[in-house]
Amino acid sequence: MSDAALQARRNVLRRGLKPAVFMLCLVPLVLLVARGFANDLSANPVEFIIRTLGDWALRFLLLALAVTPLRLATGWNEVARLRRMLGLFAFTYVVLHLLAYTGLDQGFDFVGLWNDVMKRIYITVGMAAFALLLPLAVTSADAMIRKLGGARWRMLHRLAYPAGVLAVIHYFLMIKAGYQQPTVYAVILAVLLGVRLVKRA
Amino acid sequence: MLIHAKKASDAASHEITPESVYLNRRGFMAGAAAVAVGGFAGNAGAAVLPAANGAGAFENLKQGYRKLGEKDQVSTYEAISGYNNYYEFGTSKSDPAANAKNFKPMPWTIKVDGLCAKPGTIAIEDLLKPHTLEDRIYRHRCVEAWSMVIPWVGVPLAEVVKQFEPLGSAKYIAFETIVRPEEMPGQRSARILPWPYIEGLRLDEANHPLAILAVGIYGKTLLNQNGAPLRLVAPWKYGFKNVKSIVRISFTEQQPKNTWQVMAPDEYGFYANVNPHVDHPRWSQATERRIGSGNVLSAFEARRTTLMFNGYQEEVGQLYAGMDLTRYY
Ligand code: HEM
Repeated sequence: MSDAALQARRNVLRRGLKPAVFMLCLVPLVLLVARGFANDLSANPVEFIIRTLGDWALRFLLLALAVTPLRLATGWNEVARLRRMLGLFAFTYVVLHLLAYTGLDQGFDFVGLWNDVMKRIYITVGMAAFALLLPLAVTSADAMIRKLGGARWRMLHRLAYPAGVLAVIHYFLMIKAGYQQPTVYAVILAVLLGVRLVKRA
Repeated sequence: MLIHAKKASDAASHEITPESVYLNRRGFMAGAAAVAVGGFAGNAGAAVLPAANGAGAFENLKQGYRKLGEKDQVSTYEAISGYNNYYEFGTSKSDPAANAKNFKPMPWTIKVDGLCAKPGTIAIEDLLKPHTLEDRIYRHRCVEAWSMVIPWVGVPLAEVVKQFEPLGSAKYIAFETIVRPEEMPGQRSARILPWPYIEGLRLDEANHPLAILAVGIYGKTLLNQNGAPLRLVAPWKYGFKNVKSIVRISFTEQQPKNTWQVMAPDEYGFYANVNPHVDHPRWSQATERRIGSGNVLSAFEARRTTLMFNGYQEEVGQLYAGMDLTRYY
């Protein structure tokens, strides 16, 4: 293959990467909706919906946090272009998770929700994680990066780290017994954050 | 499946399921308004155990307690048997149905010990033989703030207690679940709960007519994931009191240390009476989500108000007269 042809192929791949990943990120949501139409959401649909969305929120958050370590480890610089999208998908699933809880479970009873935030520690911690992600979503546009300046923007977006930690704690706190699942996420998160510490040291 | 006050004869054909046939035959179809209480259906006789793990159906059940509220729809067999907290088989709600297939509920013996005149080891058939099996329909309220409605088959616990002649010094009754890590994968990890699972009742609670030892659901023997072959049902308490697959019954003077109380004493007490006024740190107990209708659209239904003693206040309230239920939760 000629250089030009190789370059053209690379361009197609480059251009195709983001849309392809975008479609992949929608798959969990589409599957959830499909299961809803198939009347296949377990005996407790509300819980099933909340938990599925919570699981994917956490997974996308970890995927977003995995981008930089992956780039450092493989030298595949293209991947950096996926970071913002993965982060925004994490936020989208968090919002849907929160919406399922507020709407389906609590019937938009905001007094009840406030009581929950104050009284139930795993909800408090979940809300704190959400509060940390909110400014990141708001400042995700290019214009905001320019406005804040790269250094400050990067500073701000380090909030993703404590948000990840709080999300995992949130998961631990909601469980009665048997901590295998959140332990797996905790280990992955520790590795992803640990890589950054090691790199800096 | 809708179970309003309509006869199977006017149900659309797709609504006629084995479950609706059972409920109709047993007179469970109507709400509280049209309830016929008491009386025998057929020749109720000595308890006989048909094939285990849901394979066999009971004959000649006595018609037992069946008082329900207007909006209490019996949960589907699929929900009752597919959404379970039975950590011996795993911690997720779908684990028990998936992992309980290799469990062997037969043959089964129960060890009876402690402060009683007739201790010993007894086969489940002999334990049940002197009694008449009844069908009963109870609300089931989990401490996680969801609830179902379950058509049980069982015998009054009080009659079983009497059979072993507890001594005057016996104040409590303790129950133990079997330990069989080879058949119960959850028990291979001691980090989930300390095994065996232990529960207990005050003796006067055990003697209350609503408390039963259950051996079936929907007229069939208990499925393994539902606690086969023998489990407790005390419908005014949170579900975790209803200890499953019982192999030991002890009469004691001291209050038994039930497993969840040992695990987290600030979250779970000994009594575990359903009480909308005393919150669990993780779940408000004021409301509950009724599940098990088999319809995803139930996701859009509002939560319901939880009733004191799960709606059995009239029946069991006097057991706790004068007690501070905030302290004894
Ligand atoms: C960064 C934000 C958040 C993440 C990543 C997250 C993630 C999770 C995860 C992974 C679970 C467990 C799912 C499972 O068991 O499979 C969960 C459960 C749950 N979360 Fe969140 N969550 C977040 C924020 C929130 C917020 C703000 C609320 C509500 C105010 C909330 C309410 C809940 C509830 C109610 C459950 C289910 C509890 C149950 O079913 O017993 N979460 N979440």
